[in-house]
Amino acid sequence: MEIINKILDKSSLTVLVEKLNASGKEVYAPVNKKGITEFEKVANLQEMDFDCIATKQSAKSLVFPKVEKLMNFEKTFDDVIVKNVDITAFPEVIAFGTRPCDAAGFIPLDAIFTTDNVDEIFKARMDKLTIISISCKKADDFCFCTSVNGGPGNTSGSDILLTEMSPNEYYAEIITEKGKSILDANAALFKDSAVVDKTPLVAKIEQQFTEEVINEKLKTLFESDIWDTQAMRCVGCGACAFVCPACGCFDIQDETKGKDGVRHRCWDSCGFKLFTLHTSGHNPREKQAQRWRQRIYHKFSYQPEQQKQFGCVGCGRCSRACPSDMNIAEHLTQIAKG
Amino acid sequence: MEQSNIYAPYKMKIEKITEEAPLVKTFRLKFMNEQDAENFSFRTGQFGEYSIYGEGEVTFCVASAPTRKGYIECTFRQAGRVTKALANLDEGDIIGFRGPYGNIFPIDEWKGKNLLFIAGGIALPPMRSVIWNCLDLRENFKDITIVYGARSVADLVYKHELKEWEDRPDVKLVTTVDPGGETPDWKGKVGFVPTVLSEVAPSSANTIAIVCGPPIMIKFTFPVLEKLGFTDDNVFTTLENRMKCGFGKCGRCNVGKVFVCKDGPVFTLTQLKQLPPEY
Repeated sequence: MEIINKILDKSSLTVLVEKLNASGKEVYAPVNKKGITEFEKVANLQEMDFDCIATKQSAKSLVFPKVEKLMNFEKTFDDVIVKNVDITAFPEVIAFGTRPCDAAGFIPLDAIFTTDNVDEIFKARMDKLTIISISCKKADDFCFCTSVNGGPGNTSGSDILLTEMSPNEYYAEIITEKGKSILDANAALFKDSAVVDKTPLVAKIEQQFTEEVINEKLKTLFESDIWDTQAMRCVGCGACAFVCPACGCFDIQDETKGKDGVRHRCWDSCGFKLFTLHTSGHNPREKQAQRWRQRIYHKFSYQPEQQKQFGCVGCGRCSRACPSDMNIAEHLTQIAKG
Repeated sequence: MEQSNIYAPYKMKIEKITEEAPLVKTFRLKFMNEQDAENFSFRTGQFGEYSIYGEGEVTFCVASAPTRKGYIECTFRQAGRVTKALANLDEGDIIGFRGPYGNIFPIDEWKGKNLLFIAGGIALPPMRSVIWNCLDLRENFKDITIVYGARSVADLVYKHELKEWEDRPDVKLVTTVDPGGETPDWKGKVGFVPTVLSEVAPSSANTIAIVCGPPIMIKFTFPVLEKLGFTDDNVFTTLENRMKCGFGKCGRCNVGKVFVCKDGPVFTLTQLKQLPPEY
């Protein structure tokens, strides 16, 4: 649909969040707890941390929880009773105050779970998610969205994008049908607006490389020793994958208590040795460098080919979280120049 | 209404257990729900996720042929957590199965050709599905040769079926065991599969070679086939990588841009040569 342009006063925004809560939707927004900002369920806007550049973890757990039930089972004397997870019971969720990169992260994630074979559990959560993002007024040294086809005021992935025009006024772009249904239900809060040039309102983030150049370079770099050099300090902790908004790799594990049990899906990481280890002891990606190479190739070569989506949105979370100071933007710049 | 869940297994009853070799068993599985049995079909080369509720899932090919209706079979060696738990089950016990997943051996395209099957150790099960599939459609193919090797005589799986193949006039079976693995009354060959293959030296003319075995066997078998004149398009193999989902989502079984689960597990040597060596 064509983007609808509106203006929302700060006071109206406060009312909007209250009304969304009152309508039974669960609203998640960045909340600062003891110095760490994460997406938490909020009742009102006062709880929200508007200043945070990027929450420590991405918003992906709203549709792809860290640990998620796939089914329950109960063992009886001579049978097993299996109960599928009830996907109709998932709540309507609003991701509020996501950054454009967070919103963009749902696109490759959705592509993983719904291309070819549809993962009904993921799709049900995604269908019930509405994303109301806020453009970035500031960025830090880890941000590189403009190098991966994103930007501090980019609308991709968001249902509504808010951009602060003044401390009391937000420019609201209504992007999707989901966004429009929120507008329609709260029409009185929104004022009409012309198209606003967001450039002076958002952060300046210098472009360091392009996805297309990385993609092209990777065609000949598989056997390069660049992977050994870059991964030398990688400790294989997997933090990069856990904080990444676009990483969708998972493990399936059973948990039992007496005769009852649950089959879970849990986050996993290509950085872990166990990820690919065969029972025989053979490991196709034995070295950390091979696993680092897989991470880069998956995001910048395989995903564009398999799902027509790059698997990185330039949020910089992996670099902020890395205990050994790996920096994906620097590594990608090196690849682009190499 | 029953919701569909891509991760939901069929409930299967273990109808028959066959001890094949030390730590190796074959399960014959029947669908407990008649509707599931009717709706289910698979083609040779495909695999599934077998599960014990409470222990987890494990990936095996379907080891029976699609021409044998009413059941599926899997053959496994006890090695990890799930296979050890599977090995403790009895006939009549219930397990889960979801599938079939993956691509197939294109046996329709092999009509009128000679077939050369080369398998090593516990890699005969995926081959057994396609062997029986082709034997059940015997008139479609010309000469059928099977070269099968294991570490020792005891480690040969499907011993009764090897006997059956040996006795058939329309199958040439060559069995071998690794040096030191023979018994005093062993009548087969002694030597590694690639060496035995070059001794047997089957003609590559109008022949499809299907290879499945441990990575080391595969590595030394391909050059022998090349020497015998096989082109890469006429050499097929089936890969195994660690898997969880079975349909291209969990992210671990990829070899370069292809998922073994979704784009494989069957590949020609031509396709394999285009992939990085991550298997």
